[in-house]
Amino acid sequence: MSGIPHDHYEPKTSFERWLDQRLPIVRLIYDTIMIPTPKNLNWMWIWGIVLVFCLALQIVTGIVLAMHYTPHIDLAFASVEHIMRDVNAGHMLRYLHANGASLFFFAVYVHIFRGLYYGSYKSPREVTWIIGMLIYLAMMATAFMGYVLPWGQMSFWGATVITGLFGAIPWVGEALQTWLLGGPAVDNPTLNRFFSLHYLLPFVIAALVALHIWAFHTTGNSNPAGVEVRRGSKEEAERDTLPFWPYFVIKDLFALAVVLVVFFAIVGFMPNYLGHPDNYTEANPLVTPAHIVPEWYFLPFYAILRAFTADVWVVQLASWITGGIVNAKFFGVLAMFGSIIVMLLVPWLDTSRVRSGRYRPMFKWWFALLVLDFIVLMWAGAMPAEPPYSTIALIGAAYWFAYFLVVLPLLGVIEKPLPQPSTIEEDFIAHYGGANDTPAE
Amino acid sequence: MMIRKLTATALTTLALTTGSVFASGAGGHTEDVAFSFEGPFGTYDKLQLQRGLKIYTEVCSSCHGLKYVPIRTLSDPGGPELPEDWVRAYAAQFEVPDDSEDAEPGDTRPAKPSDHFPESADPNAPDLSLMAKARAGFHGPEGTGINQLIKGIGGPEHIYSILTGFTGEEKEEAGTTFYENKAFSTGWISMPPPLSGEDVEFDDGAPNDLHSEAKDVAAFLMWAAEPKMMARKKAGFVAVIMLIIFSSLLYLTNKTLWMPVKKQAKEAAKKAARKA
Amino acid sequence: MSHAEDYDSDRRDFLYYATAGVGTVLTGAAVWPLIDQMNPSADVKALSSIRVPIDGVEAGTQITVKWRGKPVFIRRRDQEDIERARKTKIEDLVDPLARNANLPPDAPATDENRTLDEKGEWLVEMGVCTHLGCVPLGNKAGDFGGWFCPCHGSHYDSAGRIRKGPAPQNLPIPVATFVDENTIKLG
Repeated sequence: MSGIPHDHYEPKTSFERWLDQRLPIVRLIYDTIMIPTPKNLNWMWIWGIVLVFCLALQIVTGIVLAMHYTPHIDLAFASVEHIMRDVNAGHMLRYLHANGASLFFFAVYVHIFRGLYYGSYKSPREVTWIIGMLIYLAMMATAFMGYVLPWGQMSFWGATVITGLFGAIPWVGEALQTWLLGGPAVDNPTLNRFFSLHYLLPFVIAALVALHIWAFHTTGNSNPAGVEVRRGSKEEAERDTLPFWPYFVIKDLFALAVVLVVFFAIVGFMPNYLGHPDNYTEANPLVTPAHIVPEWYFLPFYAILRAFTADVWVVQLASWITGGIVNAKFFGVLAMFGSIIVMLLVPWLDTSRVRSGRYRPMFKWWFALLVLDFIVLMWAGAMPAEPPYSTIALIGAAYWFAYFLVVLPLLGVIEKPLPQPSTIEEDFIAHYGGANDTPAE
Repeated sequence: MMIRKLTATALTTLALTTGSVFASGAGGHTEDVAFSFEGPFGTYDKLQLQRGLKIYTEVCSSCHGLKYVPIRTLSDPGGPELPEDWVRAYAAQFEVPDDSEDAEPGDTRPAKPSDHFPESADPNAPDLSLMAKARAGFHGPEGTGINQLIKGIGGPEHIYSILTGFTGEEKEEAGTTFYENKAFSTGWISMPPPLSGEDVEFDDGAPNDLHSEAKDVAAFLMWAAEPKMMARKKAGFVAVIMLIIFSSLLYLTNKTLWMPVKKQAKEAAKKAARKA
Repeated sequence: MSHAEDYDSDRRDFLYYATAGVGTVLTGAAVWPLIDQMNPSADVKALSSIRVPIDGVEAGTQITVKWRGKPVFIRRRDQEDIERARKTKIEDLVDPLARNANLPPDAPATDENRTLDEKGEWLVEMGVCTHLGCVPLGNKAGDFGGWFCPCHGSHYDSAGRIRKGPAPQNLPIPVATFVDENTIKLG
């Protein structure tokens, strides 16, 4: 794995040899856990472990919740209340699952922005990046369907809005939407199938995570300096790396424990803060809530979706070019998915030969603006779709696309990078040279 | 640099991530009254919950149901903690659909503690089981979610404000009478003022002015919506303490583990500096 | 693992053991609710005990109620039932034990040990045949004026005791008391 020279698994006992000849699973686990990892990884590299924990948390709490939940429109809401009131520790399990989704997305956004800043997506790690984007899409589908299951007002109306988007696709839209819903509107067939798929997708995510890990174990981890591990000999590699176990397992567990302190404080003391009170009212197809808002982690995309109204010149241009086939609604859908696609394509859009943002002085500002843009889009997504919020959302959406389609391609050509360390060992030593010891780093 | 950026992101995200800006309409004003159960160490006040139950029973239950609340939970620890015999007698005043073998549809029978409270008798009166969680009293400012972070979501505060927010003005629109209310989203609510002060007498002589009655019933409805709040806060507290201990141990373990590696790096740095 | 030249290796080991120990405790604390949530929930536990009104039950008739998912026969016996049951000798019984949860396990299957009241008017028993679990037919069915199980032909007498057929035991008597003269509490 990873092409970095290192010691491999040596079966010691006769049982180990027997097993290794028949199913080399111990070898697989050993080689995975002992993989040489760049010494200079910083605290932005801990989010992978947090994400794995979140996936496990969601699957485990999800499976036990599913023992008490009923996926029928007449019983779903009541079954969730049954969990909250009657099932032993049910209230904790439910709040862990609901807030676990938020932790999952918080971690994935930090993880993604880490990748964008340090150029983790660059060659040879493009496939890792693409698998990561697929995981993200699967997470969004899972979370969307999961939110429908309690059958509250936001569950129902959020489902109505988002499935309605499929109807915007020209020609096949209506048939596609009806097929998705199992009927003319969100109703019992929709709820039932969302339950089935919500149970299924996390295991698809788990498989994608295995592929994701396989991919970055094949190339080796990236690192904050963006320079590759020396692979000439084992001695050289050992100067740049440390085995994942125990150095990074313990470091990651420490970070995870700190994250969990905050997580359990939220679950214990403010479990409904990130949610929407309207979802404590049972779904009513005849009454629309005043403001339909998705969960926070979807807000930036919701802002992009709503930003492109019929009066926006880009929409009018597209409509004219396609002879009216692309209307405002469809344009919004395209923009929303497009915002993820441009992110997916970043390995090929970023022309810089320097990997890490640390050594790219112009890039740093544009990147900071992207982070700010993401947060502003998140805020705009929660506001009503009227001026000035709609204008702000439009500007935010424009910058998002401009960053990936204009800024990154240009920067690689015009930017003068700072000098980079020649080896990871050099970067690691420089970090500790004379400086005061930073805690647990 | 990344850590500072991350902290800023974390704080901003946490503050911005409330989607409940316009949960129940932006028009009403909610007063921030204090409740005994607020804060990480807050608890329900047993006697207050009993008073709130009495107000619900004598005033609100004529129209509003509590269909997700099992009557037996009135005896549970952490709630009104009423004795089981009392609860059995109390339950019998409610009529619930008869589910026995020889019952016709539409038949009713007296409720038992194992039954839930009945649903709303008035189809226009919303069920109150989750009302304290289904409304946000506090919003913003300007969609940042800071008010809710500091004051809480404001469900029971909103209930209190509605009950005390009637101005006395009425109007008729499309055959329905509306009552002006400062706390309601549109300013005009279709429920007539249910309380005016001294609507219920308490055996222990506790105050029954409008302010107290409104607080008591709001507290009761918070319990009705979240009976497990005390258990949840305790679990959260235990988890946080244990994880702080665990983090500290892991911090020391990590430091111990990395010390030789960092020492080696520091020495190499000094050697390089001396050479230079 | 690490080269602990200067570091006190005892302290280091204690630290590792302490961390692993706390980690184990935390894992256990996390696992317990996952297991406990499968235990009966509060609504199920609330029905572990029910009250049955018996004021409408005439002598010589039986009501059947569902309790903990199974049928319970509550029969108000008439004089004939009582006499027939009390005349039977213990030696003639297939199962000599009372099988009454309100009495010690070795109590003999006398009619007095089977009924709820002194007079012997009220018989409360599980309506589940002790052979393979079918629900026996009542109202003086079978050769002994009690219950007859149609599945494999077990005959129970008017005190619910097995007399003929494949069933090995008398119909069990559950935990039951009179709350007042019109109500029996099961469980």
